[in-house]
Amino acid sequence: MIPAEVFLTFILMLSIFLGFELINKVPATLHTPLMSGANAISGITLVGAISLAGTGSQDLSNWLGAAAVALATINVVGGYMVTDRMLAMFKKKGS
Amino acid sequence: MDNLIQYSYVVAAALFIFGLKQLGSPATARRGNMVSALGMLLAVIAALLDQGIVEFQWIALGIAIGAVIGAAAARLVQMTAMPEMVALFNGFGGMASLLVGWAALVPGSATFTLVTIVLSILIGGVTFTGSMIAYGKLSERIGSGAVLFSGQQVVNSLIVLGILAGAVMFCLQPENHTWLYLVVILSLVFGVMVVIPIGGADMPVVISLLNSYSGLAACAAGFAVNNNILIVAGALVGASGIILTQIMCKAMNRSLANVLFSGFGSGKVETTVVEGEIKPIVAEDAYYILEAATNIAIIPGYGMAVAQAQHVVKELAQLLEKNGAEVSFGIHPVAGRMPGHMNVLLAEADVPYDQLLEMDDINPRMENMDVAIVIGANDVVNPAAREIESSPIYGMPVINVDKARTVFVLKRSMASGFAGIENPLFYKDNTRMLFGDAKESIGNLIREFS
Repeated sequence: MIPAEVFLTFILMLSIFLGFELINKVPATLHTPLMSGANAISGITLVGAISLAGTGSQDLSNWLGAAAVALATINVVGGYMVTDRMLAMFKKKGS
Repeated sequence: MDNLIQYSYVVAAALFIFGLKQLGSPATARRGNMVSALGMLLAVIAALLDQGIVEFQWIALGIAIGAVIGAAAARLVQMTAMPEMVALFNGFGGMASLLVGWAALVPGSATFTLVTIVLSILIGGVTFTGSMIAYGKLSERIGSGAVLFSGQQVVNSLIVLGILAGAVMFCLQPENHTWLYLVVILSLVFGVMVVIPIGGADMPVVISLLNSYSGLAACAAGFAVNNNILIVAGALVGASGIILTQIMCKAMNRSLANVLFSGFGSGKVETTVVEGEIKPIVAEDAYYILEAATNIAIIPGYGMAVAQAQHVVKELAQLLEKNGAEVSFGIHPVAGRMPGHMNVLLAEADVPYDQLLEMDDINPRMENMDVAIVIGANDVVNPAAREIESSPIYGMPVINVDKARTVFVLKRSMASGFAGIENPLFYKDNTRMLFGDAKESIGNLIREFS
């Protein structure tokens, strides 16, 4: 049985290479939306925070989780919305 | 149920990847962002199905507070202030990862988990305070200059040693919370220390790097709570930030180490004497030259953002086009305070993106330009980068505006750029200085046309 850490590390390695391939193709004109979109994606911590905030144990871990939920949600909601607002402004000539 | 959750994460990861792929072209980018948001929604719903959740009120409260703040910020932020907002969001992402890492600590955790908890606290903490300092510098709530003091390297080395010692002790004695607190506090202090020696004009590099850290922190948190989707998404963000950092460093012809440690722009004043004289011009005379021009390049810089001049710039460009000229915009990769800053400002002012040319595309055309108008840019158009070997920016790729037949430089005063670097462009025979606030100067030009 291969330990879980190995699987996780494997996924990390592949994701980094994939990330380099994908992001290299983003043109310079879209670098600001790329960064704010990346902000939104880094709010994925929300997924990890949710299970920690719902244990019902009312201990430190629960409070930390709830605070993390709020912070990560700011990133997710704010990040996607502001990226959309920016991308809506990018227009081609004549359109 | 657990399988369903895990498969949902797989689909969410695919949606993130597909969304980023569509960000490769301005035509599909908006849809790409939607696809990515859909992936996030799916991942969050899947997380809520977790059997371990017995209470939803704290989750709901956290999401409600976060959503209100996030939505308000996204709607209200001015496009000129995007660098500040991205810096703040990097910080929130880092803090969230720090908290998740900390909360993931349960008695009897395996050593591997403990190491990843320390990593998510360390990277998250540095990202948080580092981003807050970057935010302060960008919004000018604190001085934007580089802060250097003697013994800085020694202090930093001691902090790093302290973090390492604390991290090792924490992994050996996880039940003793002193070590945990030590790592948390030192990480936060270290974040401040790494960003204060970096000057305002180097912020594009810093926020790209912090963007990358916020992703890596999410990655580390993913290891701590054993969750694939955090690792995939965090790695994508980490890679994105690293690529942008590289592009920015290359555009400044400096290594990352030089940006991070040199305190560039902290008062080194150059003494080279530049030959020639400054030739000011008034709007009326500038108008006659522009009126006769058929090829015009506009090179915006951070000064355009500060003066909020993007809308009048667009108006001027339209008038010039109506007059029969061909107008293009030349964008230097480090113009502004974040990657792509100028492009967003001009998009906001309705300048079509196919009119914006990257440095490598506009430079070969520069010799055919009748007029190059430099608006609030300085170092990115400095010919000293090509001509003067002793200049601190020698070797940096710049937009060669001095090769155009006539150059107009819109500038507030003769104060030099961020590092006190003299700009020989201002003294060239074909350069005319249009002094004053960029917005007002362009307004005057527009009035001449009507």
